Amino acid sequence: MTVADFAFYAFAVTTLVGGLFTVLARNPVHSVLWLIMAFIGSAGLFVVLGAEFLAMLLMIVYVGAVAVLFLFVVMMLDVDFAELKAGMAKYMPLALLIAVVLLMQMGMIYGTWQFADGAEAARRAVTPDMTEVENTAALGQLIYDDYFLLFQLSGLVLLVAMIGAIVLTLRHRKDIKRQDVLAQMYRDPAKALELVDVKPGQGL
Amino acid sequence: MATDLQTILPELILAVYAMLALVGAVYTGKDNLTGPITWLTAGLMAVLALWIGTGSAGSTQAFGGMFLSDAYARFAKVAILIAGAAVLLSGQEAVARRGLGRFEYPLLIALATVGMMMMVSAGDLMSLYLGLELQSLALYVVAAMNRDSVKSTEAGMKYFVLGALSSGLLLYGASLTYGYAGTTLFSGIIGAATGGEISLGLLIGLVFVSAGLAFKISAVPFHMWTPDVYEGAPTPVTAFFATAPKLAAMGLFARVLFDAFGGAVGDWQQIISLMAILSMALGAVAAIGQTNIKRLMAYSSISHMGFALMGLSAGTALGVQAMLVYMAIYLTMNVGTFAFIMSMERDGKPVTEIASLNQFAKGEPLKALAMLVLLFSLAGVPPMVGFFGKLYVLQAAVDAGLTWLAIGGVIASVISAFYYLRIVYFMYFGQTEGQAQAPMSPAAWVALMGSAAIMVLGVVNLFGIETAAAQAAQALVN
Amino acid sequence: MEDLLREYLPIVIFLAVAVGLGLVLVLAAAVLAVRHPDPEKVSAYECGFNAFDDARMKFDVRFYLVSILFIIFDLEIAFLFPWAVAFKDVGMIGFWSMMVFLAVLTIGFAYEWKKGALEWE
Repeated sequence: MTVADFAFYAFAVTTLVGGLFTVLARNPVHSVLWLIMAFIGSAGLFVVLGAEFLAMLLMIVYVGAVAVLFLFVVMMLDVDFAELKAGMAKYMPLALLIAVVLLMQMGMIYGTWQFADGAEAARRAVTPDMTEVENTAALGQLIYDDYFLLFQLSGLVLLVAMIGAIVLTLRHRKDIKRQDVLAQMYRDPAKALELVDVKPGQGL
Repeated sequence: MATDLQTILPELILAVYAMLALVGAVYTGKDNLTGPITWLTAGLMAVLALWIGTGSAGSTQAFGGMFLSDAYARFAKVAILIAGAAVLLSGQEAVARRGLGRFEYPLLIALATVGMMMMVSAGDLMSLYLGLELQSLALYVVAAMNRDSVKSTEAGMKYFVLGALSSGLLLYGASLTYGYAGTTLFSGIIGAATGGEISLGLLIGLVFVSAGLAFKISAVPFHMWTPDVYEGAPTPVTAFFATAPKLAAMGLFARVLFDAFGGAVGDWQQIISLMAILSMALGAVAAIGQTNIKRLMAYSSISHMGFALMGLSAGTALGVQAMLVYMAIYLTMNVGTFAFIMSMERDGKPVTEIASLNQFAKGEPLKALAMLVLLFSLAGVPPMVGFFGKLYVLQAAVDAGLTWLAIGGVIASVISAFYYLRIVYFMYFGQTEGQAQAPMSPAAWVALMGSAAIMVLGVVNLFGIETAAAQAAQALVN
Repeated sequence: MEDLLREYLPIVIFLAVAVGLGLVLVLAAAVLAVRHPDPEKVSAYECGFNAFDDARMKFDVRFYLVSILFIIFDLEIAFLFPWAVAFKDVGMIGFWSMMVFLAVLTIGFAYEWKKGALEWE
């Protein structure tokens, strides 16, 4: 077993164990933590494949941001976990059936997998030579030029996500005082202050 | 690059407009501008439809084959844009009345439309997915637009979770397909999939891609979300769901099946015909017990998707042509029907119970007559245009040797006629008074009467849609 | 492949040392420390009261909005990395395509700013 093999199996086991306990953990917060472990394992797998940029992306975006968001969501929801577990038991046979079917399919694919003629050539045709260009730079050469359309579409998807998050969750509270920076800067003592000469014995 | 950009100019214009309007509105009038923005969006969509419809013939591709512009894409785009504009306009007043009039709504619809236009033009698994996600994400948001209503939020949530699941299935299938073919371009995949017997890996990829897309058109057995989402979402949004996105997903489905898996017609024919018969049957039977007209329309749309899939399952140019004609007719019928459903109310509150339509014809005979025409057409009763749509797909199925499917379709059609006609019965001969009114904005009135009129007048020549659909089908199947 | 993995050797060693040291410290406490637990000593202490309820509390939905906006810009940054690395090779189209992408997200940013999504109260 070479080092690469060893690294692969170590990361694969990490990912699978993480995934399994994400489903099995009793406490949803623990589930999220197991999920993070699965993310780290798959980041490792990407490194083994030589896709270092994707590995780092997984760490920054998924571990750093998405997992945090999951934690928020888990904590935001008022979920009765006992009830959820009961539901899980009810649907377990169906879930197992689907899992078995998927597993069998994967087995079938694994057993008889073959590539189309020229699949390898087609794969190489679009990517820069990986022996000369490193992973991140190769991605950079592809995304912004060849995949211009896809790149801009993903920008639009992000924009829609932004609008959606604001439309669905932002509530503008009217009953509180806000800071108005411009008003503060425009304010000048001549308008804001009034000097009144108050005579003794009289009020204003 | 310049010619590429020229090819996607309609999409580009719509996207840029949506962004500029977003910023313009938020820095000026905000929600006071909802009305003008709705009209502007609908107007722009109509202009683009006209432009694409009368634009250059022939097929071009852009961005290395990721974006295809051919007669098929143009047909679908024109239908999507017109249906989207019609729904926006006919729903504008209902949106305002329900207090949902936020300026983001028409702009999200515009961005969803950009996604749909990308979908029907996709020439690559990646552009397919991004178009689909752009459309879906915008639709998840508008489904939950009425965020103070538990039902609307639930609808958005269900739609989102199941939509994400379907995207997962689609991506799984797409990755298997890529693994086998070594490319995500449809032109490459079809090259790898010729020769009758296709590899097991590609076959399973095909199955998963089909399952993912079947979710989007709500074909049985991937239909579960439809009734809940239709019922929970605000009615103008439901009207949108029932029209343009259905055509976009169906158009995308046909695109993938013919452009990418055209070498394996025999393999997907089984899947599609099974989904077709199940959808028709379930849509027909499950709608019978419904008391809510939005749920009923959900099952109705499932059944109609079954018929459209029947055209697709033929696997021939005639089948695609039948599917396109059927979808165009379906869109027209639904625009009119939903223009009516949106305006249904009792004592100033929106209602959706079918029972509230009792004796509706006494109060508003003209609108009742229009609904009668539309419901007859939805049921496929002979003099209406809906009948010809059904006839078309049945013919395509019989031609392709799927007689059993055609017979199943006829039976399902007869069963489903029952629940459409039941609404008509309630409207004219209901026992108690349902007290529903349907005060309509001029736009909604035009949509209702216009689509009813089309259902009657279209009998003459279907407004020449057949030739356009035939050209579109020719461009796809060759 | 082997070369690539060898580059990661320092990180692997570092991680091994970190995990090893952590384990040693935890285990040392378990092995060496004196422990006499009783129910009062191990119960949660809340200013002399019994614990009121679960330690996990519900978050305001506003946290969610902030974090999802963060993720979106995080992804934007992620797209900038390969662009910066391949900057010399991307050419004019590559340059402008990133500018367009940034402009789209800046529109989103202007929108959320004016909407007040960046204000807390």
